Amino acid sequence: MTRDGLLPNYTRRDFIKTCVAVSAMLGLPASMVSKVAEAAQNSDSRPTVIWLHFQECTGCSESLLRSSHPAVATLILDMISLDYHETLMAGSGHQAEKSLHDSMMANKGNYILVVEGGIPTKDNGIYCKVSGKTALESLTHAAEGAAAIISIGTCASYGGIQSVGPNPTGAVGVRDIVKDKPIINIPGCPPNPYNFLSTVLYYVTFKKLPELDQMGRPKFAFGRRIHEHCERRPHFDAGRFARAFGDEGHSQGYCLYKLGCKGPATYANCSVLRFNDGAAWPVGIGHPCIGCTEPDLLFKTAIADKVQIHEPTPFDSYAPIDLKEKGKGPDPLTTGVIGLAAGAAIGAGAMMAKKLPDGPDKGDDRGKSD
Amino acid sequence: MAEHSNEFVRVHGKIFTKPFFVLLALSLVGVFLIIVRFARGIGAVTNLSDGYPWGIWIAYDVATGTAIACGGYAIAILVYIRNRWKYHPLIRSAILTSLFGYCLAGFSVVVDVGRPWNAYGFFTPSRWQPNSAMFEVALCIMAYCVVQIIEFLPSVLCVLEHGKMKRLQKVFYYFRPQHTTRDEAMVETALEWVHSAVAWFHPKFNNLLIFIVVLGLVLPTMHQSSLGSLMLIAPTKLHPLWHTGFLPLLFLINCMYMGYSIVILESIISSFILKREYEVKELSGLAHIIPWLATAWLAVRLGDLIHRGQVAAIFRGDFYSLFFLAEFLLLAVGSLLLFNRELWTSPRWLFITAVMMLLGGGLYRFNVYLIGFNPGRGWHYFPSLAEAMITVGIIAIEILGYQVLIKLLPVLPNQHLHRNIAPAQPHKLPCVAVRG
Repeated sequence: MTRDGLLPNYTRRDFIKTCVAVSAMLGLPASMVSKVAEAAQNSDSRPTVIWLHFQECTGCSESLLRSSHPAVATLILDMISLDYHETLMAGSGHQAEKSLHDSMMANKGNYILVVEGGIPTKDNGIYCKVSGKTALESLTHAAEGAAAIISIGTCASYGGIQSVGPNPTGAVGVRDIVKDKPIINIPGCPPNPYNFLSTVLYYVTFKKLPELDQMGRPKFAFGRRIHEHCERRPHFDAGRFARAFGDEGHSQGYCLYKLGCKGPATYANCSVLRFNDGAAWPVGIGHPCIGCTEPDLLFKTAIADKVQIHEPTPFDSYAPIDLKEKGKGPDPLTTGVIGLAAGAAIGAGAMMAKKLPDGPDKGDDRGKSD
Repeated sequence: MAEHSNEFVRVHGKIFTKPFFVLLALSLVGVFLIIVRFARGIGAVTNLSDGYPWGIWIAYDVATGTAIACGGYAIAILVYIRNRWKYHPLIRSAILTSLFGYCLAGFSVVVDVGRPWNAYGFFTPSRWQPNSAMFEVALCIMAYCVVQIIEFLPSVLCVLEHGKMKRLQKVFYYFRPQHTTRDEAMVETALEWVHSAVAWFHPKFNNLLIFIVVLGLVLPTMHQSSLGSLMLIAPTKLHPLWHTGFLPLLFLINCMYMGYSIVILESIISSFILKREYEVKELSGLAHIIPWLATAWLAVRLGDLIHRGQVAAIFRGDFYSLFFLAEFLLLAVGSLLLFNRELWTSPRWLFITAVMMLLGGGLYRFNVYLIGFNPGRGWHYFPSLAEAMITVGIIAIEILGYQVLIKLLPVLPNQHLHRNIAPAQPHKLPCVAVRG
């Protein structure tokens, strides 16, 4: 079976000849030729990833490029086979599109489709065209053969900045277009690359999706609110707030709620994972959270707008030590029976005490006569 | 040769009475539930849990039950150490109660712990763990059971030596309805052979008996205090009202006054039911001792609480303080009443004070083992019905056995004996002539 690709005239016979030559050069015995051939033609077990870009700023890809464990090089050379990525791939133009087409054909049903950027839907989606196809068409076509779709970034998850009113292009997220495939949303602007990497590698390792919340976000990353695991939470609980940028409270690192921190309403793990390999995150360096993982907060509310707090008491993040009733306590039947028995015993004792003589000469003459 | 001082007598009465059948029914229920326990596991029968790995079986059957069974020990102290031979008539009934109490306490442990097939480990020295207080309790109780069986043998031997064993003969003839004179002669010869064999054995046995008695005084001292030691290692779980270094001493004194109290109680109840004369002479002597023992116990208790600064806990009014006060008041009132010598000769007051002492002393043991024990937040325990019925069944077996044996063997004191004569040579234990 030949793939029309780089070397269309290269036959199987030529391939075996190359393997023999290589084996000879390596000094291997002739019997090893088949093993060399096997290794050379070894079907790539790396899962295929096809990455499509639409209405995006490429910030999500940039974020991924700043990861270090694994670094992008390790990722795309050893762990996945990134068959199409407009920013990172070597080819361009027709060659790039052919790679996309070939990869989708060869890996039909098995590849992971990553989508970065929103998809315009107005006027048949003409506001974003790549290679002569609208984003809408590209997405629908690519989604057909995808095993799973990862929407990286808030734009692909919910529509993003271009979907802010009046949304002139009708930008929406992937979930509004593709309905029949499993979609994992990894929102954020940009998202922490490790959330994305963890999800991809989870899928690659376990061949199944991680547990998702109602908005399709992996729970391991988006299961808790910023407010619940923020290092400035004690200041919030004690009522110490920064009221203006640069004021006394701000310098002391107090809570930024009054500056409009969206932490109480935002589900993300920025406070734990942080950015740039744990160097910093917005609240940590003095800027309130802007809720970039939430569809209704980012760009749709002003940064200074305060959010409603629904759980003012601190989160009890340790499991309670007395969960439930342990051991078996009294049940009505047993208590009743034992109570009755005890009562009867006391009653019998009292009766007997009454009947007993009060002194050695009082009372009956029992046993006195023979 | 039989002597004529018939110190102990058999009770004449039907064995199969109504109380017999009631007790038998309760015993059978208990036995059935014990079989269920072994067949379906302890969880199927009890409310024990990880927080409460021991419950009523240990708190009552073992801890309180052995204290109640300390009657034999208490009387033996009086008779053999303090040389008060006027109490000797009480000793056999006390030993019988004690025998049942301890054997069934050991049996309760087997039921509770389970896996009885591993019990051979007790007799394998390589498996002994001498650092364990519980090991000491177990060995002591087993040894003490053996000692008590031996101590009880005199009554059996007396029957074998002098008795006509009419009942046994009846059973034998039942299976051979057409007996000839030859059969009767055979029975007579057999009987004579048994008589002479026992007559040969008896004096040798008597010489051995005093060593057994000594053992029977040492062993309870050891294991009763060890029962207290068992809770020494749980200072974090036993409420400070009860946990103290004095636990072994407190348990020891407690078992002594409970022993005297049970002798009084059991004597009065037996006399009441069997319509015998109340043994007021002996019991009043015991009633004299109890308040001093109890006072010593209360003094140690209070002194220790004051020393450890726990007096505030007594009056706190919470669950623990209420149970402490209940135990304390029962014992204090029950014993202080007995300082009034008028009450010593009143069977009614002997009964009431004995009950109070037993309830108070038993409650103390319950408090230490179960009620004052707090394994941690959230744990609850209350015996299940099956668990309670097994305990009731075991008690029923005790009472049943006692009831039957006092009618088969000379256990209770002979009330027609002239009271003032104590046997001249105490170590030649008198035998008994069975009447009728």
